[in-house]
Amino acid sequence: MKIMVAVKRVIDYAVKIRVKSDKSGVEMSNVKMSMNPFCEIAVEEALRIREAGAASEVVAVSVGPAQCADTLRTALAMGADRAIHVDSGSLGLVLPLSVAKILKALAEIERPGLMILGKQAIDDDCNQTGQMVAGLLNWPQGTFASKVLLDKEKQVATVEREVDGGLETLSLDLPAVITTDLRLNQPRYATLPNIMKAKSKVIKKVTLEELNVEIKSDLEVVQVTEPPKRKAGVIISSVDELIDKLKNEARVL
Amino acid sequence: MSTLVLAEHEGGLVKPSSLSAVEAAGFVNKEKSITVLLAGSGPSLQEAVSHAASCHPLISQVLVAEADILKHPLAETWAKLIQLVQQKDGYSYIMASSSSFGKKYTSKSCGSFGCSPVTDVVEISEPRLFVRPIYAGNALSTVRYTGPDPCMMTIRSTSFPISSFSKDTNSDAVPISQVDLSTFNEETFGKSRWLNLTSQDSERPDLGNARVVVTGGRALKSADNFKLLEKLAEKLGAAVGATRAAVDAGFVPNELQVGQTGKIVAPDLYMAFGVSGAIQHLAGMRDSKVIVAVNKDPDAPIFQVADYGLVADLFDVIPEMLEKLPEKK
Repeated sequence: MKIMVAVKRVIDYAVKIRVKSDKSGVEMSNVKMSMNPFCEIAVEEALRIREAGAASEVVAVSVGPAQCADTLRTALAMGADRAIHVDSGSLGLVLPLSVAKILKALAEIERPGLMILGKQAIDDDCNQTGQMVAGLLNWPQGTFASKVLLDKEKQVATVEREVDGGLETLSLDLPAVITTDLRLNQPRYATLPNIMKAKSKVIKKVTLEELNVEIKSDLEVVQVTEPPKRKAGVIISSVDELIDKLKNEARVL
Repeated sequence: MSTLVLAEHEGGLVKPSSLSAVEAAGFVNKEKSITVLLAGSGPSLQEAVSHAASCHPLISQVLVAEADILKHPLAETWAKLIQLVQQKDGYSYIMASSSSFGKKYTSKSCGSFGCSPVTDVVEISEPRLFVRPIYAGNALSTVRYTGPDPCMMTIRSTSFPISSFSKDTNSDAVPISQVDLSTFNEETFGKSRWLNLTSQDSERPDLGNARVVVTGGRALKSADNFKLLEKLAEKLGAAVGATRAAVDAGFVPNELQVGQTGKIVAPDLYMAFGVSGAIQHLAGMRDSKVIVAVNKDPDAPIFQVADYGLVADLFDVIPEMLEKLPEKK
């Protein structure tokens, strides 16, 4: 069985982002870019399933500009077998629905038994792509996974999910879509030998025309602004003062 | 033009987060023709239906989908149900709250409809112009939906408080109708099965709706020490929250995590103990009305958003507060 993992190149999680003064977006030049943390967890999970013998190949895919190849190279250095880069060329912003359509087209070519994605990207915080690709493919989905157990014989995945009320467990027939939550695993670091090895692995470039996917945009970003700032607070010196302030100034006790 | 609100229910009541979605629907739907869809089976569904029919002035109709297969909310069955209802009634808007329930199937349905969902909406400026946070709330993106109907969205319930909510409007309950599920057979969704749900039953208020939230970070050091925080929560009638670090360390279960990818809260009072204030955590609580931070480290970023900061050891502060806080009536 083959596992397809989708990865996204985003501004590094530790970078404090800046909104552009013309309100067209956030500053992207000279900013450290990394693989979306939830996607790292997705790659790690796919590798663990392969290492446990339940899958034979891990294919990493990414949609975006030329630099996405770096992100795919990271996935390869972690241990993915090969990679596919769908060049979005001059498209600019690619909406989750478009990404989902592209992933569907790739799934129809690659025929994976499992597709694993991060539950959300930390840039647009959409939390949509995994669900939409499951909807498009008509595959069952296990979102926000904190544990995945694969039964190779029965072709079933048991997925424990983090939901508002606790932990929910589902059983999904393969092929299925799984999106990862924070506590699914601790992603590995790429070792130097593996980084070297990754350089000789193949990243196949694919165009939208080859996939025969038409990208339509039904969402238009009008502006990006900074959120209102909280006014500076005060440092107080004792519990008595705190209780007094909460009672008499803020009136919340 | 009509709007469908996909509602969750629990213990025979429509969840407050779903009523927030009704409030939000009021912003897009000026004719007040808002239909609420409830699904499930058994007496608790029936109780929730009568609650829905009489609990909010903006609701004009209640749709009920009753079937054993809908007892547990699987994304596959819900996506199918939404498709069925949409084909019949053709709503202009389909809305839900951005809970783990709303998130999993609204986007899945959008996949089937071929339209882009707008998730986590915090403001509706015009019927098709929405504001949603990006980058953990460090920027706000205003987006216009230009696609065909339905416009599907999930809303952040803390941004749409239930204002006109009144419990005693039983007098004029709205019409209730059943969804025809005759084309809804088991074969359609044999691909996924619900196995179980484990949750920590708690006497305390729900984290998402509590008026007061007390949160602990890694500095609490152990699950046992969280009991200290629970005592304080009890005294304040508060819900307990936690940072990702505290959840990862196994001090508390996952459903208590507040942050970018956990719960989003906006209580009247948020008290953070031993929380450093990573941007991912701030994303989940920055809209709280009053923020109190207690931390030994005077440089902790949490102090930059706190209304009242106390540089002290939480193991001194919590016992002192327990002693000095007035008894809750």
